[in-house]
Amino acid sequence: MSEEQIRNLEKQFEERIARDEKIEPKDWMPEKYRQTHIRQMSQHAHSEVVGMLPEGNWITRAPSLRRKVALLAKVQDEAGHGLYLYSATETLGISREEMYEQLHTGKAKYSSIFNYPTITWADIGAIGWLVDGAAIINQVPLCSTSFGPYARAMVRVCKEESFHQRQGYEIMIKLSSGTPEQKEMAQDALNRWWWPSLMMLGPTDAESVHTEQSMKWKLKRKSNDELRQQFIDQTVPQADLIGLTIPDPDLKWNEERGSYDFGEIDWDEFWQVVKGHGPMNKERMKARVGAWERGEWVRDAAMAHAEKKAERKEKEAV
Amino acid sequence: MTTTKNWPLWEVFVRSKNGLEHRHFGSLHAADADMALENARDVYTRRNEGVSIWVVESKNITASNPEHNGEMFEPAKDKVYRHPTFYELPDEVKYM
Ligand SMILES: [Fe+2]
Ligand SMILES: [Fe+2]
Repeated sequence: MSEEQIRNLEKQFEERIARDEKIEPKDWMPEKYRQTHIRQMSQHAHSEVVGMLPEGNWITRAPSLRRKVALLAKVQDEAGHGLYLYSATETLGISREEMYEQLHTGKAKYSSIFNYPTITWADIGAIGWLVDGAAIINQVPLCSTSFGPYARAMVRVCKEESFHQRQGYEIMIKLSSGTPEQKEMAQDALNRWWWPSLMMLGPTDAESVHTEQSMKWKLKRKSNDELRQQFIDQTVPQADLIGLTIPDPDLKWNEERGSYDFGEIDWDEFWQVVKGHGPMNKERMKARVGAWERGEWVRDAAMAHAEKKAERKEKEAV
Repeated sequence: MTTTKNWPLWEVFVRSKNGLEHRHFGSLHAADADMALENARDVYTRRNEGVSIWVVESKNITASNPEHNGEMFEPAKDKVYRHPTFYELPDEVKYM
């Protein structure tokens, strides 16, 4: 194809997206669109999968059967989200194995929030409430993104997320109306998860590299800072309601803006964690790669069994 | 990471309730059809989304090529006479 032809195709392509038409896997697409989607969607999938680790840590120690079945179901949903997203990404021509390889070798990133430890039961409450809360804010606009398989996967994901957030907030309600120790536990979890949750919505707009292109392709509908403000404005009253204090001395309602003003985010910490120096980066990769390697004989055995069965069936047919 | 052979890809179709058709829900990897069905149940129907599941190995699906959409689908475009509005009837005619 000549450069001229490609430019023409690109123009038609952008116009289709502007008209809200969906792009499907076999349609012509600019190479950059394909690569950007592979990167974002696979990182999204990795985040769902690695995200199971901090919460999985508490399944066997949940304080009641009610909490245990809820947490188990939630973690299972996250596995499902990873799977929807991996298979949607595969439609762009990358294999599952390549994606795993990228995750396991550290070439691909996942959300930095999962590199923090879950040291008390209240952390499970804080994760559901704040981390899934922030994830919902990120994900809802993606339900109408331009790439069909991604949008469809996100519709399914968003339907499931609201239970995640509610079960987390319910844990926080219970703890903060319990004994002073329990309330303190809830406050401590909020103290530790608040700032990382704000960082989860991405670098400030001034530092965000992909925004303009992402807006055009509907990978983004609002900027990181807008999403962060939305998250803060909806979460602060929820903390007030259960008597917990947001760990930000600069947090103040701004009558004029109709929004909360908030303190400075420690972006150095964010970049440190992104670069692999968070408290749990090594541990998470060790757990993930370990699970993959320990499962290898099972995958091989299942494949061998399937082939043998198929052979037998063929012979019987002869 | 030297898995001898990777599990193939399967497409999953789910009937959400009787009376409705099976609809494409997504795909997954499994060693064989039985495992694909079980995985499809866990991945796509955790909240009663289905009463029946079909799985088919993705390689067995033949798909039309969007680059040929012109010759494939455009011939239907100018056949207005396939639509009821093409036929002119006097206003007095009822129920037709
Ligand atoms: Fe999720
Ligand atoms: Fe979730």
